Amino acid sequence: MRITLNVHRQAGPSAPGHMETYQLDDVTPDMSFLEMLDVLNENLQDDGQEPIAFDSDCREGICGTCGMVINGQPHGPEVTTTCQLHMRSFRDGDTITVEPWRADAFPVLRDLVVDRTAFDRIIQAGGFISVNTGSAPEAHSVPVPKPQADRAFEAATCIGCGACVAACPNAAGMLFMGAKVTHLGELPQGQPERWSRVIDMVKAHDAEGFGGCTNIGECAAACPKEIPLDVISQLNADYRKARSKVKD
Amino acid sequence: MRGYFDCFREEISTNGTTLAYKYSMALAGLLFVFYVLMHMYGNLKILWGAEAFNGYAHHLRILGEPILPYEGFLWLFRLLLLAALFVHVGLALPLWSRANKARSTRYVVKRTVRATFASKMMRWGGVALLAFIVFHLLQFTILKFNVGSGQFPDTVVDPTTHETIANPYPLVVSSFQVWWVVLIYALAMFALAMHLRHGVWSAGQTLGLTGTPAKARAWNLAGIAIAAIVSIGFIVPPLAILFGLVGK
Repeated sequence: MRITLNVHRQAGPSAPGHMETYQLDDVTPDMSFLEMLDVLNENLQDDGQEPIAFDSDCREGICGTCGMVINGQPHGPEVTTTCQLHMRSFRDGDTITVEPWRADAFPVLRDLVVDRTAFDRIIQAGGFISVNTGSAPEAHSVPVPKPQADRAFEAATCIGCGACVAACPNAAGMLFMGAKVTHLGELPQGQPERWSRVIDMVKAHDAEGFGGCTNIGECAAACPKEIPLDVISQLNADYRKARSKVKD
Repeated sequence: MRGYFDCFREEISTNGTTLAYKYSMALAGLLFVFYVLMHMYGNLKILWGAEAFNGYAHHLRILGEPILPYEGFLWLFRLLLLAALFVHVGLALPLWSRANKARSTRYVVKRTVRATFASKMMRWGGVALLAFIVFHLLQFTILKFNVGSGQFPDTVVDPTTHETIANPYPLVVSSFQVWWVVLIYALAMFALAMHLRHGVWSAGQTLGLTGTPAKARAWNLAGIAIAAIVSIGFIVPPLAILFGLVGK
């Protein structure tokens, strides 16, 4: 396969970014998107050029580290992570534009690498439960009804990759927050902090400079874990209830 | 960790969280939905002629009498609508600006997957509707100017009760005999339909009432139904007048 790549290059956080075009002739359909970039980087290094910086870790689609906007869609045209996207999703001769997540809350560090610690600070604000450390409690000591367990699990599949923010026209982090609020709020272990959690997380979200949700649904469409849009409804409902329960 | 949030709390307490803004917008928006449905119902009375239409206008003015003075209910409702307009527009603007600030660098290539024409047009469509509302109020409420020919008395004597009542009928008929006035209203009703189509669904989601797929579908269908009913119901009288089915 012959692929033309249009890649965002940026030397550092405050350096100006620009798009650069690369040709790659020996791409096979079985390569993952990241392997294709690995090949490109080897070529660049052979030519004495700076390789393209991008994030990746497990390359199994479960860690949420990799992520880039491919042809205008986070993680590209398939519902999966960038590492699980394969070149067979493209055609011979295609031009592919690759950009970093674009959100001021996720500043670009270099090329395609962005700083996603804003998500960590939202988690620190409320994405936790209080438990005694030490010996693990017996798993069946707290019964969880099946529908709640299923919904919590579905929301818990969020890997925090940030595709929802990248896809959102407002660069909002609401699907991410909704997933965390639903995941913890559906379970008995999440009840003690349920109302303070949502208030603290929303405050942290706003303070990080994410935008507000306009319920367009691009986030859920881009989510590699297919987190449904209704977790944002859960977030909104919990916040509304929390406002009347928690006093500043 | 609390201290970290206390810092942000300072900053945010002077202006509410995005969620707090969105709730207020949703509530004000739902008031407008109720209002346009009632307004449309009243407009349709013109199909039954001058007496039905002027009679409706008269009854609006004496609604609540004798507890309320003449036009008391009308003015209370106008004040309520004006307050709701200030809330709806006054919070849409900061949310719009937050969204712009949340992504100050735009994508070179951006593909939307789930966005609809209606959801993309919420903000500029809202601006268009605001401009239309100003024009509409000047035309029929404040200045009562006639783009056609002739001047009409503000009041008329009811032939059956011999009371002096409001007389909006001739101005409305005369106005909509002008083709470009009908065109402006048709365009405005298209903008209203688009705003309602996404707005009703969005309000439901923002208020946290779409937590299950069935409820989400219901709010989405409500958006489509209300958009269709309101826009068609509003445009029927002007078209009927333009084509001579109502009036002289």
